[in-house]
Order: sequence, then C-alpha cells, then structure tokens
Amino acid sequence: MFFAIIVFGLVFLMAYEMIRGSELSLQKFGWKFLSGTVWDPVADVYGALPYIYGTLTSSFLAMVLAFPLSIGIAIFLSELAPPWIERPVSFMVELLAAIPSIVYGLWGIFVLVPWLRTSVEPFLIKHLGSLPFFKGAPYGFGMLAAGIILAIMILPIISSISRDVLRAIPNSQREAALAIGATRWESTKIILAGGKSGLLGAALLGLGRAVGETMAVTMVIGNRAEISASLLDPGHSMASVIANEFAEATTALYSSSLIEIALILFAVTIILNVIARLIVWSITKKFKTT
Amino acid sequence: MKFTKICMSLALVVVLFGTTLAQMKLNGAGATFPYVIYSKWFDVYSKQHGVQFNYQSIGSGGGIKAVTDGTVDFGASDAALSDGQLNTIKEKQGSDVLHIPTVMGAVVVTYNLPGAGKDLRLSPDVLAKIFLGQVRNWNDQSIAQINPGKTLPNVPIIVAHRSDGSGTTNIFTDYLNKVSKTWAVNIGKGTSVNWPIGLGGKGNEGVAGLVKQSEGAIGYVELAYAVQNGLSYASMQNKEGNFIVPNFDAVSAAAAGVSKNMPEDFRISLTDAPGKDSYPISGFTWLLIYKNMKDKGKAQEIVRFLKWAMEDGQSYAKDLYYAPLPKDVVKLCEKKINTIVTN
Repeated sequence: MFFAIIVFGLVFLMAYEMIRGSELSLQKFGWKFLSGTVWDPVADVYGALPYIYGTLTSSFLAMVLAFPLSIGIAIFLSELAPPWIERPVSFMVELLAAIPSIVYGLWGIFVLVPWLRTSVEPFLIKHLGSLPFFKGAPYGFGMLAAGIILAIMILPIISSISRDVLRAIPNSQREAALAIGATRWESTKIILAGGKSGLLGAALLGLGRAVGETMAVTMVIGNRAEISASLLDPGHSMASVIANEFAEATTALYSSSLIEIALILFAVTIILNVIARLIVWSITKKFKTT
Repeated sequence: MKFTKICMSLALVVVLFGTTLAQMKLNGAGATFPYVIYSKWFDVYSKQHGVQFNYQSIGSGGGIKAVTDGTVDFGASDAALSDGQLNTIKEKQGSDVLHIPTVMGAVVVTYNLPGAGKDLRLSPDVLAKIFLGQVRNWNDQSIAQINPGKTLPNVPIIVAHRSDGSGTTNIFTDYLNKVSKTWAVNIGKGTSVNWPIGLGGKGNEGVAGLVKQSEGAIGYVELAYAVQNGLSYASMQNKEGNFIVPNFDAVSAAAAGVSKNMPEDFRISLTDAPGKDSYPISGFTWLLIYKNMKDKGKAQEIVRFLKWAMEDGQSYAKDLYYAPLPKDVVKLCEKKINTIVTN
C-alpha cells in the first residue's frame, strides 16, 4: 500500500519537476514548441517537431518489423517446437534482451550501417525509389537503420512475453479445439484470440522500450533534426537530443527547452500507455460478452 | 575486549581527524576535452602535495553552471564565458571569475577519400562552403585549385559533425564564423549549432566512425583523437596563406601569434591566428577560478596548484597530445594567478 503510494508520488513529482524545469521555454514558445521545426542553439530558438516525429517514426517502424516476427517466434515456441529446440531458443531470445544497448549501437555502426549502405539501400532505391519512403542517397545512417536496431532490441521482449502469454492459456482449450475437428492452424488462431490482450501488452512493453531508447538510436540515426518522408534520410529522436546536448546546454532557455522535450517524451509514453490500456480493456470486455 | 574497543574507536578518531587536517579536498567540474591531462595533473600533484582533487568531466556547460551556482571550488571550460555569464556569477557568488588557460588543443578536418592521399589541402573559403553545402562534390573546381597535381574523384561530399554539444564544435564554428560571412550571418558559433547539412555523430569517436564508414565523408575531430587513431587530416590554409599541417608546434605558434595582443582576462579565441606557422583552428581550454574565494585556505591551495601547472605541469602536455602554453603566455598567467585573493 505504502509503496503503491510512493509510485504515484514519484510520477507526479517527476512531472512537477519537469514542468518547473521547462517553465522558461513553456512561457517563451508555448504550443509553438510542439510545431516548431527549427532547433538553433545559437539564436536561442527551439522547436521540437523533428524530434517528436523521429521518435514516433523510428518506434513505429520497429513495431512493424518486430511485432509479426515476435508473434511468429512465440507461436513456434509455445505451440510447435519440441522441448529440445524450444529450451535453447528461448534461452537465446532472452539473452538478446540482456545485451546492453551500446553494444547494439556499435554493432549498428560497424555491421548494420555498412550493409544497409552497400546492399540494402541501393536495392531499395533502384526498385522502390518511386515511393517517397525510399528516396535519397544511401548514407546507411538514418531512420531505417534506427528502426531495424530498435526492432532487434524489442524483439526479445515482445516474443518472450508473448510466449508466456500463450503458454498460460490452458491446454484444455487446445484440446477442445482439436476435439471438434479444428486443424493445428485453427486451434492456434483460437489460442491467439484468447491471448489478445496479453499480446498487446507485450507489444506495448516493446514500444515503451523503443520510444525511450537512447544510445543505440543516436549512434545510427544520423542525428539530423529534419522531417523527411524518406526512411533513408537521417533523423533525430527526443531521447537522443537530450543525451547529446544537455551537458553543454549553456543558456537557461536551451536547457529549459531540453527539459521540455523530456516532458513531451514523458507525455508521449503516458499517452501510448493509456491508448494501449484502452485497447486491452475493450478487447477483454468483448471477449467476456461473447 | 573493552580495551580493544576503546583502542579501535581512538584509532578511528585519529584517522578521521588526521585526514581532515592533512588532506584538503578541492572539487571541480567542467570540460571533457582537457580531462586526460587534468586527471594526470591532479594525480601527480596530490601525490606530491597531499591535496585531493575531485574533478568531474561533465562538459563545459555543466562546469559553467556549477561555478555559477557555487557548487564547486573551480570550473573548467573550453568556451570563454560571456560578460553576461560573468556578471551573473558575480551577483550570485560575490566574486569575479578568472580564466586561466592551461593547455591548447586543435581541431582537424578529417576525410575519407580513396585516392586522395594523406595530404589534402583546404582553404578557409572551401571549408566553409563544404560545411554550408555549397560545394557538394569532391571534383569541384575550388578544391582542385588548391590541390594541384591531385586528381579528385567524382564523389559526393558527405558532411559529418558532432551531434552532442562540445567545445570542439565551439572552436570549429568559431573559425568558420571568422572566415565566412555567410556562415556568420546564417549559422553563428556555439557548442552546438543548427547545421545546414550533414550527419551528426556523438563524440569524436562518433564523427570519426561516420567518416571512416562513408566514402567521400568529411568531418572534424580533436587533433589528439586524430593522432591517436591514425586518421588522415587536411592541411589548412592560415591567415598568411600558408598551408599548415596540424601538429602541436603549429598550435603553440598560434598562441604565440596572439600573445602580443593578449587581453587582460585571457578571453581570446585562437582561431585564424596571425603568424606564418600558426594552425588556424586551435583553441585554449581554461580553468575558471574565483578571484575571491570564501575559503582562503582553499584559495591558497589553488594558487599553489596553478603555479605548479604552469611550470611542471606543462611538461606532461605533449605526451598526452595537448599543446603546451608558450612561455610568454605562461608569464602572463602567473601574473594573473598572483591577483587571486588568498588572505
């Protein structure tokens, strides 16, 4: 009980401190801070939109890449794999989660980025270059690299939680499905439907990590505060700009603006959580009534 | 049993008092660039004189903040404080702050261009145009003109810069600010700026990584970092029109070039310095010292340390890839150090 109240207090205290810290920039820029696209420490003008865009795009890209893959892994591990495969694979997946993000970042710089630049991006430009997402020069560094790194980082989280969710569904359900003549795939679909809210929860935890991830992203994203539809172009993210610039933020307005970015990041995380919570509720409700 | 207890507590008391009496502790915070030589100095000095230093390399901005709030005994910065910042400190802490230069560093332009060799030459005008995005290919006429006898390939230029705020960026943009009007009007100088083009890398290693990985890339890193990692870097044309290969002597030459016009408070930029051997993208790093400290004991210790740093300390510089201060500047500094109020 006591600890539960402490958690509440902590959240409010954090919000309060951030609002207090960002007072200067709140007063100076108001809502324009959210839509401003210029970040110029020399002229003391700050706008957060490129960073918000970068965080959301890279996280969304990571989800698109990682979620189907993770669900596949989870289904394989919980429904199909014999124990002698399942155990080592589960172990490896969990091991991936324990790798520090800076290691992912270094791997990104030395392996992923050169590969993207020399093989993947020229291919994308050649064959899909007519789409706005794949226009531009193949730098290697950019939104695509960040999305892939994040996808790899959140994959173990989503897949290991999804596996646990699927495992928690009682065997009687599987047996019942098979008993009425369902195929293996049909019974799996029933299991997935039963685990829907849990799977969403897993995805959410993954998304939470993607949104807040700093080191690995800043090492490969290119760190350019620009909004571009192309995934090949460099971008920036909220967490990276704070990590990059806070130590040398010399003017009061500068550091205040960075704190306001932290506040926005905080708000984005909360909004994402609330949306996901609502989805989970609506699904469980539907499940109960049917 | 009781006796040993008493003995132990007595010993503890002696130890506690002993340390507080014999060992003074000075707290400092600031720039990361001079961290290597400062930690060497503090280590050697505390062994010789029994004074403990606790230096946190949190960045120049953090150092300035700490000095302003009075949470440290001294600060360190790669960027000189503005008059406004000095006034704020005076209001809050009731003391002027002195800039004492300690060593110098330089920023070199590193590049990755197969076939260009290790001796590319750049002029201030070309460098500014590249970083403004006006020169976008290595086969541009303006680059070929200053590199006679070199065949430069048709490769697009990829610009790399620091994404984190840093003193290195401050020196580099200060230089561009001086040599290019367009730069001065549109971009300006600072520890981080609104770059017109290019990719950002975190730290020297981030920029070096970007440059190493991308053919046709150009970026800027600290001289020490470039030397230690064997990067190829360009000779820069200085004010007198000579192309200077960056090294420690060329940096010291830059300081000697400005020492005649050294202002009272040492707040001078070394970029684009006069002198025929001066490397133009160099800079001081400063210790920020309260002129009138409340704790006079500490003030005495700081003065003693600064004097040591000016004399014995300078000999460690070159081994750690910093350029030592020229003799004239050391003399001026010692004069300045004597103005610190110690009683």
